[in-house]
Amino acid sequence: MKKIYLDNGATTMVDPAVVKEMLPFFSDVYGNPSSIHQKGQEAKRYLTEAREDVAKKLNAGYDEIIFTSGGTESDNLAIKGVAYANRDKGNHIITTKIEHPAVLNTCKALEKEGFEIKYLGVDNEGFVILDDLRKAITPKTLLVSIIHGNNEIGTIQPLEKIGNICREHGVMFHTDAVQSFTKVPINAKKVPVDLISMSSHKIHGPKGVGALYVRKGTKMASIQHGGAHEFKLRAGTENVPGIMGFAKAVKLSSDSDAKRIAKLRDRLISGIEKEIHDVKLNGPRGEKRLCNNVNIAFANVEGEALGSYLDVSGICTSTGSACSSHSLEPSHVLLAIGLDKGLANGTLRMTLSRFTTEEEIDYTIGSLKKYVEKLRKISPLKRVLKDVL
Amino acid sequence: MYSKKVMEHFRNPKNAGELKKANGIGEVGNTACGDVMKVYIKVEKGIIKEAKFLTFGCCAAIAASDAVCAIVKGKTVDDAMKLTKQDVIDYLGGELPQLKIHCSILGIDALKAAIKDYKEKHA
Ligand SMILES: Cc1ncc(COP(=O)(O)O)c(C=O)c1O
Repeated sequence: MKKIYLDNGATTMVDPAVVKEMLPFFSDVYGNPSSIHQKGQEAKRYLTEAREDVAKKLNAGYDEIIFTSGGTESDNLAIKGVAYANRDKGNHIITTKIEHPAVLNTCKALEKEGFEIKYLGVDNEGFVILDDLRKAITPKTLLVSIIHGNNEIGTIQPLEKIGNICREHGVMFHTDAVQSFTKVPINAKKVPVDLISMSSHKIHGPKGVGALYVRKGTKMASIQHGGAHEFKLRAGTENVPGIMGFAKAVKLSSDSDAKRIAKLRDRLISGIEKEIHDVKLNGPRGEKRLCNNVNIAFANVEGEALGSYLDVSGICTSTGSACSSHSLEPSHVLLAIGLDKGLANGTLRMTLSRFTTEEEIDYTIGSLKKYVEKLRKISPLKRVLKDVL
Repeated sequence: MYSKKVMEHFRNPKNAGELKKANGIGEVGNTACGDVMKVYIKVEKGIIKEAKFLTFGCCAAIAASDAVCAIVKGKTVDDAMKLTKQDVIDYLGGELPQLKIHCSILGIDALKAAIKDYKEKHA
């Protein structure tokens, strides 16, 4: 049976054109870009081209792109890099309660080293409250790190407004754009953001490669020591095949794809809302939601059980409760938007891609209806949604 | 991540549903901590003639509730009270992920609550 893959927030299929692009860089263009002979310089030229391709997507300069091993490393480099390099100015960092663990746990690690972290709450759609941000900034604040497109509930934060507040106070601004990159346009020349994390495997590129945009003039320390690669900010011989694949994936992405995916997203949301009672969409609707994200709570149904029934019928999704992913607490993001724990445990995330079809969406709606009914029949809970909201 | 046997019980729980003529009902858990399980038993002359369950929980929770009901059918109430988590795990093919062991315990707790309910009503 062909799988219906609705877990593109976790990772995506590598586009065949990306695979094709990468292949010569294993056994033909295999030089080390730091080598001064022809083989090395050949690789260096391609590396520079790839850097320009990624930069172009953000309207940034090529020397503002640092290639890394992925989103996690980019987040670590951005936050620790700024924290360590600017310790003399203060020890305060502001982030949110809805960050990816790559940011949350980096901040927690810094807390142990004496940094103070403020974790901002969000409203019931997952938006940062701008006034709270303003009030949280102190003379000791070095950095604000706020996720652009939320990986669980799809909320897209207003980067420009947040960036302006940071600018007013002379504070640096990092955003984790791992989920939003290529889906939501970011113009680094216009938006006052200093650091942007990106990852290749969320956009049909290979795993283990990503980038960090670092605005020219940003005072940064490297956190991995070695050679002078990546403008001295990230030591280690560059993953040339991976970077070439990443750049190709960036070039293949388009605004028209994002629009088409958003239509499919809305078809899935409205189909579920029409066919199944007592469901709640988590996160906002429309333009302020990632084009490929659907996150829905089904009252009285447990998410992992629902996900497993879908899996048995060939549909890959993920749960909102972290239960299936090795911890028993409901998702910190769902709790941050004030969702009841029972509903948080009854939440399913479905994330689309440009390879998702209308047929797949319709089949998924039908399967969801069937399995939600089945699970509700054997559920001891008979709660009505409006009583738990 | 689950064994075949667990998935079988999850996909086709034979003992799922309400038992209208139950004379003992036990419910444990709450939505705040995760799973909720309700076990219904019909006891005649000290023997559990029928057992059914309703569960809000993950695959392991559903499979474990189904297993508990299957195991205790035909047992005396006193024997059923001796059920251990290992009995449930063994019945499910001998393995349950470490994080899901609590599901089997919850199933047993629901059963014991049902037996207690029966005993209180029929003391
Ligand atoms: C928002 C966000 N940040 C960071 C990451 C980590 O990226 P990577 O898997 O490339 O390390 C992910 C992906 O899991 C993500 O969704």
